[in-house]
Amino acid sequence: MTTANETVAPPGPPRPAAPKEKASMTPGTNVPALTARNLSIYFGSNHVLKAVSLDVPARAVTAIIGPSGCGKSTFLRALNRMHELVPTARMEGEIRLFGEDIYSQQVEPVVVRRRVGMVFQKSNPFPTMSIAENVTVGLRLNGMRNRATLTERLEESLVMAALWDEVKDRLDAPAISLSGGQQQRLCIARALAVRPEVLLMDEPASALDPLATAKIEDLILELKKDYTIVIVTHNMQQAARISDYTAFFYLGELIEYGSTSRIFTNPTKKQTEDYVTGRFG
Amino acid sequence: MVHFEQELGVLKNTLLTMASRSEAAVNLAVEAVVNRDYDLAQRVRADDEIIDQLELDVDEIAIRLLAMAPLASDLRLITVAMKVSQNLERVADEACKIAKRARDLNQEPPLKLALGIPRLADMAVQMVKRALDTFVRQDPAEARSLVPQDKEVDALNKQIHRQLADQMIASPDTITRCLNLMVVAKSLERIADHGKNIAEEVVYLCEAEDIRHTGKTKAPAPPAGEMPEQPGS
Repeated sequence: MTTANETVAPPGPPRPAAPKEKASMTPGTNVPALTARNLSIYFGSNHVLKAVSLDVPARAVTAIIGPSGCGKSTFLRALNRMHELVPTARMEGEIRLFGEDIYSQQVEPVVVRRRVGMVFQKSNPFPTMSIAENVTVGLRLNGMRNRATLTERLEESLVMAALWDEVKDRLDAPAISLSGGQQQRLCIARALAVRPEVLLMDEPASALDPLATAKIEDLILELKKDYTIVIVTHNMQQAARISDYTAFFYLGELIEYGSTSRIFTNPTKKQTEDYVTGRFG
Repeated sequence: MVHFEQELGVLKNTLLTMASRSEAAVNLAVEAVVNRDYDLAQRVRADDEIIDQLELDVDEIAIRLLAMAPLASDLRLITVAMKVSQNLERVADEACKIAKRARDLNQEPPLKLALGIPRLADMAVQMVKRALDTFVRQDPAEARSLVPQDKEVDALNKQIHRQLADQMIASPDTITRCLNLMVVAKSLERIADHGKNIAEEVVYLCEAEDIRHTGKTKAPAPPAGEMPEQPGS
């Protein structure tokens, strides 16, 4: 894995960096939560992300849409350095978290991942752990031992994940005893327990029924009051329901980025129009 | 997707059928007034039921399509189709009102007065016809150019009303006929309003810009550059 901020960005037309419409920044500052500049990612010789520049506004939900293989999950994983877990991965460009270069040599990946949490497509609670242990595992791995603080953060995270009322009487039950939707909210609680600044979600509701999906979507809308959320989804209606901004990726490029209402009613690029109307290819 | 495209095609065809019938209803109603033709007036009323049914059909198809969660230009087309059909149904209703007044006017001798009703009728019919043409051709520039023409129709309607009011004062025995002609003129003015409404919907359909109640009839300038502004700046 190499970072190559010093490398020259590939030539090409300027790409959309920020939504055309005004968005909220961190209160008191003018800094986006996340800023990607000329971000290119390679897996071996495969150039999967091509000079993407994009600003993610703070305390808003930004949806990433696009066909399979367009690079949206790769982009998401690059935002908390998770793509580095692939041995052949190589990156060019820059990603800043509230102005700070997260690929700087002084920054530990584990610190980035604590500040930028991730929720995956398939809920992945630790099967041998209880509900409570699952939520606090990140804190304990970070060295927190104070029982009172752990208990406080456990409740806080489960409340934020809208799961507290459903599990408060069985916190020691195995996490895998929960339903699929509850397990996914448990994973969100686990991500929230370390108090991240940004929450990344990779198709968090794609394996859930409509009722469980609705709960996750309600939760996302609630969480955006305090968190910056970036969500990858194949479900355009979901993006329309919950996101403030939408970015359309195709073949590793950011094609269009703007307010969700505009992208879904009046996209300016033909590729976006074709994709959102289902006439792609 | 094939099913969606087919349904969308059915929606367009139903709307175009409705447009054609509504336009014909206005033409017949105007002809019934001008030629004092009772049979034509009767036909307009009979056709109105068909147009009402077409409005229901358009809404039913549109709701089926909306349930498939369309986006972008599809979403705009479906919502615009519902609004255009509502306007067309009202155009047909106004044609009915004109036809009813035509039958009443036919019961009495013609009023010897140089009124601008034939011209008003021509303007209203043209307004609807051209608005529907812009819908078929998806021509937002032409649609925008139609919007201000509604004011000319309004002015002519006012002028006719003034003439008829003067006539009523001068010859009270013509009051019934004058009132019927006032209703005819008002209906024509309303038909032109619906033509304007349809033109405004065509602009939204093609450019996703809602120009209703804005007085905006010029197309927006193209964006200055490819790179958008920074959020919050």
